[in-house]
Amino acid sequence: MADLTALEQLVPQVRRDILRMVHQVNSGHPGGSLGCTEFFAVLYNHMMEINEGFNMDGVGEDLFFLSNGHISPVYYSILARRGYFPVEELATFRKIDSRLQGHPTTHEELPGVRIASGSLGQGMSVAIGAALAKKLNKDSHLIYSLHGDGELQEGQNWEAIMYAAGNKVDNLIATIDWNGQQIDGATEDVLPLGDIGEKFRVFGWDTVEIKNGNDLASVVGGLEEAKSRTGKGKPVAVMLKTVMGNGVDFMMYTHAWHGKAPNDEQLATALEQNPATLGDY
Amino acid sequence: MMKYTDQGKQDTRSGYGAGMTELGRTNPKVVALCADLVGSLKIQTFIDENPERFFQVGIAEANMMGIAAGLTIGGYIPFTGTFANFSTGRVYDQIRQSIAYSDKNVKICASHAGITLGEDGATHQILEDIGLMKMLPGMTVINPCDFNQTKAATLAIADWHGPVYLRFGRPKVANFTAPDQIFEIGKALTMQDGTDVTLVATGHLVWEALIAAENLANQGISAEVINIHTIKPLDEEALVRSARKTGCVVSCEEHNFLGGLGESVSRTLAQHLPTPQEFVATKDTFGESGTPAQLMEKYGLNNKSIEAAVLKVIKRKAQ
Repeated sequence: MADLTALEQLVPQVRRDILRMVHQVNSGHPGGSLGCTEFFAVLYNHMMEINEGFNMDGVGEDLFFLSNGHISPVYYSILARRGYFPVEELATFRKIDSRLQGHPTTHEELPGVRIASGSLGQGMSVAIGAALAKKLNKDSHLIYSLHGDGELQEGQNWEAIMYAAGNKVDNLIATIDWNGQQIDGATEDVLPLGDIGEKFRVFGWDTVEIKNGNDLASVVGGLEEAKSRTGKGKPVAVMLKTVMGNGVDFMMYTHAWHGKAPNDEQLATALEQNPATLGDY
Repeated sequence: MMKYTDQGKQDTRSGYGAGMTELGRTNPKVVALCADLVGSLKIQTFIDENPERFFQVGIAEANMMGIAAGLTIGGYIPFTGTFANFSTGRVYDQIRQSIAYSDKNVKICASHAGITLGEDGATHQILEDIGLMKMLPGMTVINPCDFNQTKAATLAIADWHGPVYLRFGRPKVANFTAPDQIFEIGKALTMQDGTDVTLVATGHLVWEALIAAENLANQGISAEVINIHTIKPLDEEALVRSARKTGCVVSCEEHNFLGGLGESVSRTLAQHLPTPQEFVATKDTFGESGTPAQLMEKYGLNNKSIEAAVLKVIKRKAQ
């Protein structure tokens, strides 16, 4: 098992970043960001082989694509704390003239971001294209992507899911953040998704389930298992069971904090539950 | 009279296919994608010669646009292929976010544009695509006039960094420009000098404008014919220079008069040199089934329509 000490330090700090960023501009999406903190921490600091500096083409390194772009706070925090850009820049989130737009974009040339996302359902197609480019370049590195569960309601995903299996895009690990919540309520109430893993399998994918996506050891184990399944003729989907709002007790188990920022008092409570470890921006 | 002659009728989509064949042999970064319309897009030779650089995505255009965006990450130059209707309206949001806003070097190549698609009817005849594409920040919009120019444009866009919409058509039409021309993106071509009226034409309407100009010459009217193969960025300087000389303009396009070349011309002239203008274009309508010639006649898109518009605009100039 990997040494998780550094990741255990990182996670509460990223949660603080998320909470402070959305609080500062009274907007943004803390719920899904908090739920995916462990995933991002493991992905960028344990799983991915990343070159120094940032090159858009990303030849010779693993690449990640965020499809559910609204969870930009966790993405930006992880990128900054991984060294893509100064941590202090997190203070510009959603402000005028910032590279940290409400939803991620390449347009402001923020290092680490390779595609704009926000309008849902497009990221898997992009990830497949990047995976095909890796194969053409004879580059054995992997493509990772993250998608919301509610996002699978967008039909383009199923075009992409069909394509990736049919064309043996086996250098792709697409993770589904299965938190069961979307803006208007539980996914099962808004538009039931059924057994997402079974759907992927029926479409020809290999799947790995991470039953506790907010437990670092489980995420490490699950993503390592997913990596071991690559290169075998099938794309790999990871069913990452998470709790939206994880790490802040009053934000958990509800869709209420999908796209809402805490007030001053709520922020103070939330930060108490996530003590600073690496220093605030 | 006319310095251009028809070298034999060919479809502009075959010009695209010929360009892709050449790119397949000369540019290893060019890859092609198609949404179940290989025969229509004329890219079989590219596929036969470069099977590893071709991606058949099936009837899934949204996925095609996303995959194309992803292929640029790694250094490839993707050329997507399907009908103009399915290349634009169907996938507008995918183009907007994953290609245009993401600054991806994707070439959106669109066949069967306009009403000359013919018998399939209005579901397939898009007359709004130029407008949709020119509205996107950073998008280059190209609509070549014949086989040779389409081939030249296909080669040129591979060397142009940034998203491009390349529009061409289905029917066999006059092939009248030079076979080995150099295609300069954004550069208007003055096909014929004139002094009384400027015909600003794009795509299939350039040939019609040349015929109209010849007929008008027989009536003592000297028409300047400008081929606007690049609608965005528009060669505003050439346009204003000609309008200053002739004093009136007729824009000619196989597209709705809302959002097309004509409106770009109007905006340019309104800003720099207000000039009377008439529009040869469809007038906020869908098309219908028919032969290309019948449809061009019914919807006022042929040389006769251009002549009528010229007579009208010249009168306005006199006032």
